[in-house]
Amino acid sequence: MKGFLEGSRAVAEVIKLVKPGVISAYPITPQTHIVEELARMVANGELPAQFINVESEHSAVSVCLGAVATGVRAYTATSSQGLIYMSEVLFNIAGMRLPLVLTCANRALSAPINIWNDHQDSISVRDTGWIQLYAEDIQEVVDLQIIAYRLAEDKALMLPVMVCMDGFILTHGIENVDIPNQEQVDRFLPFYKPLYKLDPDEPLTMGLLADPDYYLETRFALQETLKEALSLIPKITQEFAKVFSRQYPGLIEEYKTKDAERVIVAMGSVCSTIKEVVDELRAKGKKVGLLKIITFRPFPAKEIYDALKNVPKVAVLDRALSLGSFAPLAAEIRAVFFGKNKKPKLISSFIAGLGGRDITVDSIKEIFRLLTTKEKTAEFIDLKPELLKEKIDV
Amino acid sequence: MSKPLFFPGHTACAGCGQSLAARLVIEAAGPNTIVVNNTGCLEVFSTYYPLTAWGVPFVHSLFENAAAVASGVEAALTYLGKKDKVNVIAQGGDGGTADIGLQALSGMWERGHDVLYVCYDNEAYMNTGVQRSGLTPFNSDTTTSPVGTQSMGNLRPKKPMPEIAVAHAISYVATASVGFLQDLQRKIKKAFSLKGPKYIQVHAPCPLGWRHEPRQTIEVGRLAVETGLYPLIEYEFGKLTGVRKIQPKPVEEYLRLQGRFRHLLNNPQAIKQIQEIADNNIDRYGLKIQL
Amino acid sequence: MFGPLISKPGTSKNNKTGSWRIEARPKFLQKNCIACRLCILSCPEGCISGEEKNTFICDYDYCKGCGICVEVCPKKDIEMVKEDLDLTKV
Repeated sequence: MKGFLEGSRAVAEVIKLVKPGVISAYPITPQTHIVEELARMVANGELPAQFINVESEHSAVSVCLGAVATGVRAYTATSSQGLIYMSEVLFNIAGMRLPLVLTCANRALSAPINIWNDHQDSISVRDTGWIQLYAEDIQEVVDLQIIAYRLAEDKALMLPVMVCMDGFILTHGIENVDIPNQEQVDRFLPFYKPLYKLDPDEPLTMGLLADPDYYLETRFALQETLKEALSLIPKITQEFAKVFSRQYPGLIEEYKTKDAERVIVAMGSVCSTIKEVVDELRAKGKKVGLLKIITFRPFPAKEIYDALKNVPKVAVLDRALSLGSFAPLAAEIRAVFFGKNKKPKLISSFIAGLGGRDITVDSIKEIFRLLTTKEKTAEFIDLKPELLKEKIDV
Repeated sequence: MSKPLFFPGHTACAGCGQSLAARLVIEAAGPNTIVVNNTGCLEVFSTYYPLTAWGVPFVHSLFENAAAVASGVEAALTYLGKKDKVNVIAQGGDGGTADIGLQALSGMWERGHDVLYVCYDNEAYMNTGVQRSGLTPFNSDTTTSPVGTQSMGNLRPKKPMPEIAVAHAISYVATASVGFLQDLQRKIKKAFSLKGPKYIQVHAPCPLGWRHEPRQTIEVGRLAVETGLYPLIEYEFGKLTGVRKIQPKPVEEYLRLQGRFRHLLNNPQAIKQIQEIADNNIDRYGLKIQL
Repeated sequence: MFGPLISKPGTSKNNKTGSWRIEARPKFLQKNCIACRLCILSCPEGCISGEEKNTFICDYDYCKGCGICVEVCPKKDIEMVKEDLDLTKV
């Protein structure tokens, strides 16, 4: 099926093809259109799933935990405060090695309350043990959803996966999208057969207390398994290409970086804007490029090293903060080159687009312009100086 | 003898009322049962890796989400077409039930999941060292409601959990006690004869936290019921259908066995206040045997 | 790689909590027993067994010596006796 679809509707269409047995969600803007559409499909008998309306995100993801532990494929979606409210359970699901898939409609965190897009929500849960995939456009969200289930349920991994799509920009945007057919999805994603489940015929105990004699090994195993995921993801995306005829690099995408003198590293929908600027500047003879991070967790350090080692100047664009410290993505990109001989002369770090502030073509040009000889650290783009003069007068 | 559903070798304290109740609950529910447990004493002493006391499928996730996880288990069983063959129990202590887990539990009730929730009520956060919970009784001495020159202990009476459950119009609500073990097992079986969400709150004496002798666990449980302080009641679909009648004993007989109430014993006014709580229960539920 | 994650049923039996007893243990006298099974029902360890009258025993590998069985026995046919710390004599 090919046609113009809203991003949320496209996600719901592909989730229908994935055939989850249990869907549970709690409404939060801008995730709502996804779950409304799924609820409609269940109500009309198009999707034979249990749709569980809950009283909070904490319970939504806990319901999914219970369903996956019982051996049934499950799905949830959330945003912002909802993801943070889930965070306790997110750690738990990864620790229990349950292959849940969640869509995060990326949105800023309060305060001030703000319903618009940035990456602070998913970046804040980067240490939960979930695989995190960031989509650039609606087609990529659709495809990453299918890849996510295949990856999560791989017997070597059994890890939860979060597909991140920019709130409003992708959830409410409309694009020409190719929704695969059921036969393709079934071929790529077999019926879910769990490694372990709650079953009276073979009773197991899950979620035990692990004391200092055991805990360390559970965390080591998680860390090692996430490393294994780095080699598995490209294999799965190659298989995906065979079935669906769409090619994804999986971990990172290099856009005109080979001979580039200046490269911006970024994640999510802003990459489309950056590509446009790269094309425009390239037409004027400027050697610029984009490194798009698709897989942020596990962090593809080797691939990033190879992509940037010969680039003289790198700008990292973060849409989130680690307040009081370096910007999250920039800190990790810099860490990739620590102690290496081949490395960029300069890695500057920029913050833009927080709380839905548009990152325009001009914003991106400004970043390229600021990529001079002086290294910037967490430099904010598009600040309004006049607002910073406001005083609390009480 | 059939295979045990709850094995020995768990690390509960000697005389633990909760371990006793938990064994009887799962034995009454039978082998075709999935147990979802909140964090707390029961989870810690029965599932300490690599050891598990459970002979049925068991999952522990977090402190407050057993009701939600159990909802997911039930939904998955429904999806698989196995719901009619498998019982689902969600369980936890009083803190995980009445305090931090109340929202998830209310959600499970309101959505109508076919799950029995069992609250093992030992009237404080025992796993963390006897801090007061919403189900700690009035004037009980705990580590966060200590008796002092300005305090007689816990300031407030118990949160009325059975009434909160009844208000959700669920199929079955009952209180039970480690003092009346056959009655407890009958209620578990009764619960599983009815569809929809069920709630059973089991009074489970804790020798460590209540400061009584381990051998007295059952006696202390019985006295709570026989004084009227812990009425054993049953509701079906919102209607009171069962009450265990008593020949009320003075509350002092219950209080004097426990260190947590020792500060009240030489204070007639304080004992009178506790007696009033019992008398109210006796009136309200018609507990007294009419000779 | 998974590491320690899941346990199979009843592995707690490897943990012999009988070593917790330091002062006293229940002694099943097997004289006046009426096979009411209250001791089996009331044991927090679930370590008492027996079918016929005067056949009831407890598994000292697990008995923590709480004494509840002594309290509930209607015929006073179980009593607490001083613990013999030499467990080889059990």
